[in-house]
Amino acid sequence: MSTAGSASAPGSASAPGSEDVPGADVSGPEDAPVIELSGLARRFPGPPPVTALQPTDLVVRRNDYLAITGPSGSGKSTLLHLLGLLDTPSAGRYLLDGIDTGPLSDPDRAALRGRRIGFVFQAFHLLPHRTALENVQLALTYHQVPRAERRPRALAALERLGLAHRTDALPTTLSGGERQRVAIARALVNRPGLLLCDEPTGDLDSANARAVLDEFDVLHAQGLTLLVITHDPTVAGRAGRHVAMRDGRLTAEVTR
Amino acid sequence: MKRARSRVGEPPPHLGPRDLLAEALAGILQRPGRAVLTVLGTVLGVGAFVAVLGLTATATGQIGAQFDLTRATTVTAVDQPDTAGLPDGAVPVSDFPADADSRMARIDGVSAAGVWWPVRNDPAVTRTPVGDGNPAVTRTPVGDGNPAVNRTPVGDGNPMVTRTPVGDDDPGQALTVLAATPGAVRAMSPRLTAGVPLDPFMERTHQPVALLSAAAAARLGVTRLDAQPAVFINGLPYTVVGIFDQVRREPGAPPGVLIPSTTALDRFGNPGATPDQAARALVATRVGAAAVVARQLAVALRPDRSEAFTVTAPPDPHSLRDHVTTDLSGLFLALAGLCLLVGAVGIASTTLVAVLERTEEIGLRRALGAGTRQVAAQFLAESTALGTLGGLLGTALGVLTVLAVAAARDWTAVLSPATTLPAPLLGTLVGLLAGLYPSLRAARVDPLQALRTG
Repeated sequence: MSTAGSASAPGSASAPGSEDVPGADVSGPEDAPVIELSGLARRFPGPPPVTALQPTDLVVRRNDYLAITGPSGSGKSTLLHLLGLLDTPSAGRYLLDGIDTGPLSDPDRAALRGRRIGFVFQAFHLLPHRTALENVQLALTYHQVPRAERRPRALAALERLGLAHRTDALPTTLSGGERQRVAIARALVNRPGLLLCDEPTGDLDSANARAVLDEFDVLHAQGLTLLVITHDPTVAGRAGRHVAMRDGRLTAEVTR
Repeated sequence: MKRARSRVGEPPPHLGPRDLLAEALAGILQRPGRAVLTVLGTVLGVGAFVAVLGLTATATGQIGAQFDLTRATTVTAVDQPDTAGLPDGAVPVSDFPADADSRMARIDGVSAAGVWWPVRNDPAVTRTPVGDGNPAVTRTPVGDGNPAVNRTPVGDGNPMVTRTPVGDDDPGQALTVLAATPGAVRAMSPRLTAGVPLDPFMERTHQPVALLSAAAAARLGVTRLDAQPAVFINGLPYTVVGIFDQVRREPGAPPGVLIPSTTALDRFGNPGATPDQAARALVATRVGAAAVVARQLAVALRPDRSEAFTVTAPPDPHSLRDHVTTDLSGLFLALAGLCLLVGAVGIASTTLVAVLERTEEIGLRRALGAGTRQVAAQFLAESTALGTLGGLLGTALGVLTVLAVAAARDWTAVLSPATTLPAPLLGTLVGLLAGLYPSLRAARVDPLQALRTG
């Protein structure tokens, strides 16, 4: 927990030394790479064979806020799935927190995915028959978190996102913004070091989109590493780093 | 197994039994209507299984109660007198001792026992030979007329019993006359409609008395006992002391007339030596004692000549019951198996549909850190829970069916714990097997494809 305060990276806003900081579980040097890609590629065997991701090098350091933009079909989703350990590369190496993910077994990949990475999807992917609280608790189910701890932790995560009053609501009764905030709470409840977001504002109106992006700023300020995939320039504009993607290649990097 | 942190520094994904159960039940309750329809086949299969076994046991129990009780408590012993060394035609003395009744009654488990034999018509005793050697029973004594002329030969060898002395056109009745000790009469348990049975006093004092069956009494025209009517057997009078309408334990031939064995020995001589004429013992035992009594009977009668008796014990009721059970239940159990197969297919298809419908959920769970094993376990648990639910409902339904049928027929319901208690597990097994393929499919769902559907 004590490492949280020192996790602030150059360029970030001042990180409040709160003890409820995401990413607090992951310790390491201040600017250690969270993601390190070398020659990572993904080919889908045909027919016809498609190279969705050309060999790619990329380094994402602790507390980076990186946006990847590109038109549909540019391979940015493929990259996100590879980074999220939901897919395996055809070539190249992927180090997550310094761990080579290539030779890992399915349980190890699942454990890493569940504990160190939080996912935020465009479509939220909330289970429709479970309350907001139950949806958040689901993220704690697979990681040997004692049952007694799950409810308070899920409640705390919802509270952080301003949803303390909607904990027992079913997703169908929540607004789009509320749903995405429940999804973010679910992504954060395991205190991951890395948040992967796939078009997080794609299904939201501009006011709700702004609220979600404000939330990302707060999380970034608290030391979390964020990687957002989007085709929306305003979303990309909020990130510290901006990488464009076209035809399976990272084409340009804009650092501000 | 210690769940140590693996080389990635995180504990491997894990889904505890309570979480597994909670997820399975949540999955089922998500679509309760579909769950009910899905388990219907299993409910019917397990229900049929329980009902068939229960009803067979119940019905067999009834069959046993109806025809077993008398048979299962009857032991007989037939005398095989030694005829060696006797002149041709001579009748040997019976091997039953004079105190056979009390000897047998002393065996533990015997409730009544005695000796009886069909009375032969001994030419030496009757004045005129009749037919092939049976006494004639008449209502009146023979002797005042021309007995030999009036007597019609009787084909079936029964003595002539008449209401009036022969001579006034009464040809007499061919009736089965049995000599019986008081114990034998009690073992037969005749249901008296009038009078008294043969008792030890009559036996001891060689009384000329007779106990008539209702049919014999009707044929002889005896309707009332208050005037102490007499019947005549081969012309000798016997006072009718009682009339019975049925016997519970038939000695081997439907008795028409029963007379004391001492009287029979006096007037008709020794019992015959052929197996169907020989003296025999009829023993009524307490329930369950027949086999033990049968083993002791011969020695108790004649320790010195136990080989003279052929003892017959009732068949083992269990083998009889098992035979009935196998016959009745084979077909129905096959039907129950068919129902279970249908139930398994139902659960399998529903779970498979659930897997296809919930690919998004599967993808999400994978993203949240579930391994393929946890995903497979979840769907396997779901189908197993469905099967168990069906098994429980089916068992309840089967038990209710057995109870309802038993209540309607006034039977005692018989449910074997050995088959009823594990019956829900049959549903569990069906659910487990049915879930194998769908859960493998669930494990193979590509989280990429699953999450893209959103």
